[in-house]
Amino acid sequence: MDDFVIELRHLKKKFGENTVLSDINFGVKKGEVVSIIGSSGSGKSTMLRCINLLETPTDGKILFHGTDISSKSFNIRRYRAKVGMVFQSFNLFDNMTALGNCTAGQMKVLGKTRADAEKTALEYLSKVGMEQFINARPRQLSGGQKQRVAIARTLSMGPEVILFDEPTSALDPEMVGEVLNVMRRLAGAGFTMLVVTHEMAFAREVSDRVIFMDAGVIAEQGSPEQIFGAPEQQRTREFLSRYLGS
Amino acid sequence: MAQFFSDVAAIIADYHGYLLKGVGYTMLISLVGTVAGLVIGLLTGVIRTAPESRNGFLRGLHRAVKGIIAAYVEVFRGTPMMVQAMVIYWGYAFASGGATLPLIPSGMFIVSINTGAYMAEIVRGGIISIDRGQTEGALSIGMSHPQTMLHVIIPQVMRNILPSVSNEFVINIKDTSVLNVIGVTELYYFAGIIKRQNFQSFQTYLVVCVIYFILTFTVTRLLRLAEKKLSGSENYVICGSQSDPEAEIRVPQEERHG
Repeated sequence: MDDFVIELRHLKKKFGENTVLSDINFGVKKGEVVSIIGSSGSGKSTMLRCINLLETPTDGKILFHGTDISSKSFNIRRYRAKVGMVFQSFNLFDNMTALGNCTAGQMKVLGKTRADAEKTALEYLSKVGMEQFINARPRQLSGGQKQRVAIARTLSMGPEVILFDEPTSALDPEMVGEVLNVMRRLAGAGFTMLVVTHEMAFAREVSDRVIFMDAGVIAEQGSPEQIFGAPEQQRTREFLSRYLGS
Repeated sequence: MAQFFSDVAAIIADYHGYLLKGVGYTMLISLVGTVAGLVIGLLTGVIRTAPESRNGFLRGLHRAVKGIIAAYVEVFRGTPMMVQAMVIYWGYAFASGGATLPLIPSGMFIVSINTGAYMAEIVRGGIISIDRGQTEGALSIGMSHPQTMLHVIIPQVMRNILPSVSNEFVINIKDTSVLNVIGVTELYYFAGIIKRQNFQSFQTYLVVCVIYFILTFTVTRLLRLAEKKLSGSENYVICGSQSDPEAEIRVPQEERHG
């Protein structure tokens, strides 16, 4: 049963009196691509942020290869390096170049030499098609380019799992495609991915499994064919008709 | 009028040694005070914005240190530096049974801790103004709080607070004049000595006034240049956009065909 890379057990998160997540249970296997869909405020992003401990869960457990990440002896920094995160607002370091963004973590967290870190960074910057822009500062890049650098930064850390928190929601429509293309290739290359997204076509095409969240719980989950083709729950149908119907 | 100019010329001719020495100590104390104050500001800023530890003892210690910093800032911002100088200098003499502190280091110390109290607030404001996403980006790749501060946040804070730091430096050049109360041999102290020798209060203080202005004006201009250099060009083009003259050769292969 313990072949999950990440497993959530009875995860709860409250902000004050406001319950955002109530009793979330699911696991992600190695190589699996899981999309998380749902309305704004359903708790998708909060769940992802709990997994990376950017939010502290109120209750419940998060297991990484079966180890409770809230235990005192657990090395959170090493864990975060293994669980990459791609943000809606990119969060590239504004004081560094594209290359610097991809080498800083490798050198400071993984203790690699500059030469070693740059080699890895260049490899991934090329993979996302940003090799020509390694010396550009974030403010000189378009949204799509920034997000591709952010993905390269995450990949440079050698993550076991990558969390995507609405990676295309802040982008102009013409730039969504370039980022989704990169993500498509990562999925094809066997990366374990958890993707919070509003891109239904992408979720349907790329995911192994789709999770529909509503009001802080997992309302329904299953294969893309099942969720998009024959959803069981009324609220899943309502949500999808709002997205796909119009 | 001719008499006035010849008085001024005489002050410069006769006392340039005093004046230059005064300028030297004024600048030295202001510079050391500003730099040390900035270091205090950065340290307190990092401590005050650090997340609380999960360990109970460390959390308690952290809160106690934050309390001490808050008290320090309030006390030193809320009292005149001239009085602080007196209290520290004579307080030491009182406690040690008559021994006094060396003057120049005392002056540096007083200006440093006074400036530090202001810098603490400037740096805290600077850290808060940096988008939370910068910290989250750093944490998400496994950086510790000190690493995040050192490599990501502080470099951005430094650029943003440089105008305020310049301002503190200029204020310090002027405010070191209060250190004459404990006998620090800065510029204003020498003005007093010259005045007592030539009995020309107006001419002497006017000369010193002009010197202070030259000092502050020069420093302001120099730091403005440094600011410009640090913040880079105001105009920039998005790489690969239509306004980028090199766009053609920079556009990645697959996009051109895609």
